[in-house]
Amino acid sequence: MRKIARSRSKESASIAWFLLELLGYAAFVVAYYFLVLHFLGGWLKHLFDEQRMVYAVTALALITVQGAALEFFTAWLFNLVRPKGK
Amino acid sequence: MDFPISGTHLNPVLLIATGLLVGVLGGFFGVGGSFLAGPALFAFGVPMNFVVGTDLAHIVGKSIVAAQRHRKLGNVDFKLGFLMVAGTLPGVEIGAQGIQWLKTHGDVNKVVAIVFIVVLVAISLFVAWESLKTLKMARDHDLNKSHSLGSAKTGKGDVSAFAGVAKQLQRFSPPPMVRLPKSGIKRISIWPIIMVAFFGGIFSGFLGGGAGYIRLPALVYLLGIPTHLAVGTDLFEIIISAGYGTLTHALKGNVDILIALVMHTGAAIGAQLGATLTNYIGGPRIRLAFVPLPLAGAGLILYTLLTGHHLG
Repeated sequence: MRKIARSRSKESASIAWFLLELLGYAAFVVAYYFLVLHFLGGWLKHLFDEQRMVYAVTALALITVQGAALEFFTAWLFNLVRPKGK
Repeated sequence: MDFPISGTHLNPVLLIATGLLVGVLGGFFGVGGSFLAGPALFAFGVPMNFVVGTDLAHIVGKSIVAAQRHRKLGNVDFKLGFLMVAGTLPGVEIGAQGIQWLKTHGDVNKVVAIVFIVVLVAISLFVAWESLKTLKMARDHDLNKSHSLGSAKTGKGDVSAFAGVAKQLQRFSPPPMVRLPKSGIKRISIWPIIMVAFFGGIFSGFLGGGAGYIRLPALVYLLGIPTHLAVGTDLFEIIISAGYGTLTHALKGNVDILIALVMHTGAAIGAQLGATLTNYIGGPRIRLAFVPLPLAGAGLILYTLLTGHHLG
């Protein structure tokens, strides 16, 4: 009985950490978008009009960074602050 | 919000909400979600050429996030994913060329579209029948070793009332043969893998998006891949095929990356949620929940047939 209760509490702690990590990730993803829009918006439009090849590679890189690097960064950050055993 | 690349003015909340919805679907079923995102973008006022390319760009990001989550859950067979790419890319090209060819043959277009609708509805009905039958057999304790998919040793075992067909196909042995230990397959010819990927690619090139509604059931029923691994591996494969599609469409001026990034803010979160949800639901139930997706694909083709718009 105690074992089941311990396992349930471990599972809910793990879900809570997942949701917390997801929240952190969401904040990074939104911040990333606004940074790209603010600093690269005009440049991307210029690339789209003038240098299509560079635009294509940059577009793929931007979406890949938003998908992969931010998730990696968030996981790394949360691993630093995560209490052991959770 | 203004999007200068495509010259559109769109509500970002709608884009994020659409991204979130297709993200959950993508993470849970291993599909691109273009059957939903494509029509939605078009309805929001994105020009048709930007719909296809921009949707592909957001699919890349979302698939990366979902595949990463599935990798952590042990649901990606990288070897199988790389083998499938060899079939998918030529399939996508042939499908895309088929679209060009059919543009000059109106009647043929109609016939092929009707055939696709029949195929998709048949897949949907078949998956519904199979998953319900498997769930009933599980309830009645009628499942035995012959109904198992994958390997219980890897912790990714699955059951299907239709597992016998995959086992027969695994006995079909023109060389070269490969081992897929992650998927629990001791020996399988490379050709069924490439053929499944190739036909998935044709659908993808013809209809746009990842065509996961074809590939997911094919991976489970024809190759015998457990459902959880089929979802994760399909997502990994979509990263490569949609990445290729994004590059070619961006070169043709069909990608508004700013729209894709907004959609991805929702999709990235949805994909994580969808992928994590698979951890709590068994293979047959995931397959049963998958049933409406091919029907949505059929609806998309019907729409294309009736209006002449290719929504991708």
